[in-house]
Amino acid sequence: MRRIGIWIAAGGLLLATAACGGGSGGGGGGGTTPKSESLSVGAVAEPANLDFTSTEGAAIPQALLVNVYEGLVKLDQNGQIVPLLAEKWDVSDDRKTYTFTLRKNVKFSSGAPFTADDVVFSLDRVKSDWKLKIKTQLDVVDKVEKKDDSTAVVTLKQPSNGFLYSMTSRLGAMFSRTGVADLANKPVGTGPYVLGSWRRGDSLRLDANPSYWGTEPALSSVTLKYFKDATAMNNALLTGGIDVISSVQAPESLQQFADPNRFETIEGTTNGEVVLSMNNGRPPFDDKRVRQAVRHAIDHKALLDTAWAGRGQLIGSMVPPTDPWYEDRTGDYPYDPAKAKELLGGKTYTVKLRIPNLPYAVNSAQVVKSQLAQVGITAEIEPLEFPARWLDQVFTKGDYDLSIINHVEPRDMGIFADKSYYFRYDNPEFGKLLASADAGTEQEQADDLKQAAKLLSEDAAADWLFLFPNLIVAKKGVTGLPKNAIAESFDFTALAKQ
Amino acid sequence: MILYLVKRLAVLLASIVVAAVAVFAFMALLPGDPAEIALGVNATPEAVAELRRQFGTDRPPVVQFLDWFGGLAQGDFGTSYVTSAPIGPQISERLAVTAVLVLGGMVVALLLAVPLGTFAAVHHRDPLGAAISAASQLGIAIPAFLAGILLVFVFAVQAQVLPSGGYVPFADDPGEWLRGLLLPWLSLGLVQGAVLTRYVRSSVLDVMREDYLRTARAKGRGSTGALWRHGLRNAAVPVVTVLGLQLATLLIGAVVVERVFVIPGLGDLLLNGVAGRDLLLVQGVVMVLVAAVLLINFVVDVTYHLLDPRLR
Repeated sequence: MRRIGIWIAAGGLLLATAACGGGSGGGGGGGTTPKSESLSVGAVAEPANLDFTSTEGAAIPQALLVNVYEGLVKLDQNGQIVPLLAEKWDVSDDRKTYTFTLRKNVKFSSGAPFTADDVVFSLDRVKSDWKLKIKTQLDVVDKVEKKDDSTAVVTLKQPSNGFLYSMTSRLGAMFSRTGVADLANKPVGTGPYVLGSWRRGDSLRLDANPSYWGTEPALSSVTLKYFKDATAMNNALLTGGIDVISSVQAPESLQQFADPNRFETIEGTTNGEVVLSMNNGRPPFDDKRVRQAVRHAIDHKALLDTAWAGRGQLIGSMVPPTDPWYEDRTGDYPYDPAKAKELLGGKTYTVKLRIPNLPYAVNSAQVVKSQLAQVGITAEIEPLEFPARWLDQVFTKGDYDLSIINHVEPRDMGIFADKSYYFRYDNPEFGKLLASADAGTEQEQADDLKQAAKLLSEDAAADWLFLFPNLIVAKKGVTGLPKNAIAESFDFTALAKQ
Repeated sequence: MILYLVKRLAVLLASIVVAAVAVFAFMALLPGDPAEIALGVNATPEAVAELRRQFGTDRPPVVQFLDWFGGLAQGDFGTSYVTSAPIGPQISERLAVTAVLVLGGMVVALLLAVPLGTFAAVHHRDPLGAAISAASQLGIAIPAFLAGILLVFVFAVQAQVLPSGGYVPFADDPGEWLRGLLLPWLSLGLVQGAVLTRYVRSSVLDVMREDYLRTARAKGRGSTGALWRHGLRNAAVPVVTVLGLQLATLLIGAVVVERVFVIPGLGDLLLNGVAGRDLLLVQGVVMVLVAAVLLINFVVDVTYHLLDPRLR
């Protein structure tokens, strides 16, 4: 036995695995990309797979919607619905028939032409094949028909303002009749980018689509690099590993990027309401006065400053500022500990504050705890692993008194209308307002939803701690970043590098 | 020797079966339902039930286990129901990355430990030898991930000479592959090297006090010559054992270091799997890790037998 043989014997197993693994991931796009024309964007959540018709998770539409898959319409930065694959649309007088005039000469990345047949196919598929709960948003669709190759007609069961808005989301994504064989790995869409390569656990590269119908992207490729660790992502931007941090996970880390000659920080809004959920279905929060006391007991300005470095906005109800019916409701329950104590009638309570182990929730919980203590409510903080344990215990079983979670879905006020939802809020009046809002004219919709948000706030169905900010940090010279994150997609269409 | 090998192999296989049962049971006891997690905060109870049916998690645990283990026996790790991707290829791809990481860490550790440990033993009465001992003691006290964070701060953020993380496949760019791995290798290697240095030192010291070395010296060899000629092979026996044990430690250390350096290895896959309750994936990864550790021990035992004539 040679001396050296010893080490080889011990290492042999590892060598063998290294040899058989090959170590190269992905593959795919073989085009050589000049470095000057590509961008790397750091992101937190990685898609579990690439099929947003059967797998939940914001990461999938964030990467693919608008960039790879396009809908007939899309949401712009101000919350307005604008044309995309449809040049225009007409709504009938009874508000039940939508006639979409499609763009001509649009092709899928597979080469197949995009026609009204694909519209019928895609929308029918939502009913027949999709596995997500959001598909119920299109239950209002009665039928989808092709009038001719470039005209599709959608007939609704009853008038619905939500329909067109839903069409800006995943639900409205247009699929090719010949391109749905392997959605989890091979997306086929009409968008400005195509899937270049996907290295699971590391990155997803999108390449410019050479046969795109619209303005071709300024970049030859955009790579989304995934980081589970915020520090690692910050270091990557500091050291040139990435060009953009798509969402800063902890605002206190922004100081590192304060040098205006090197970096630019962009603060916009999101649809994420950080909600202090109260269990309306069991004591003590089944009593409206106790819920009202909580709302008065919290100094929201101080909470935002302490928990999230003052980044974000105070909203006071379940509506973000980019929705047309937004009203500032922070005045409904001003910070007033004396009033809170009065509402509690001198009683003291001990409650469970069961939170997901996420930075914003952990930071906010500390402040909530100390402020509630001032008025006689002892909140015991229990951090639960997110998503698994939090979903199981709080969301599914409803076993909690208080919780803190960022509800990121757009126009999601309707979750309060479902009394089995974990808030256990039960108010038929609220449901009626939502229903009439959806069926009315746009003006009636706005009026009804303002009413609904006011009702939620006054009922103290929950407390709204703050609106989650969209914080982007980019290397100087990166342009075309969408400031507000209010749609499901991270729109790369306008991205460029100077 | 043959009989010994057969016995040892039987133990190895039995251990793997027991491990499989244990891994499956632990995963089954973990709170959180894969179907619930896959559907998120928009789930209806009906949708969750439907997804459970698709995943096959609505079947009795025994059926699920036999199904899974039967597949494993044929080398089939199954298909993840969370990502709808086959698990086997993912594991082998990630294992290759982790193996490179562990192996590199081991090489760094050996390059540090063998010369330093031997030197410290031979010069155990000198201040320099004592200083090496003290330094290795310090190294043992620093966990690998902390070493990693410090190294990133010094070499990537401050000096900007090496990347702070990320992994470029060898096939894409060998130079970048190496640059990306230097710091992770150092993080693992420094800590393991410190541990190993102490073993090498004490092992060489033991050998130096042995009769056969005295005999060798009496035959007119210088003490260093005698050490090289007779001593090191004997000193290597305990070191190989430790090396095997350390490989297991390195594997675990790699899981954490992968997190610090954003390296898509087995550890990263495992943590994702746990967070998403991708049960089949986690079971697969843990089985591979367990099998690796068992195999390493097997190899160490057999090597030990070969090296030490007294055991034959």
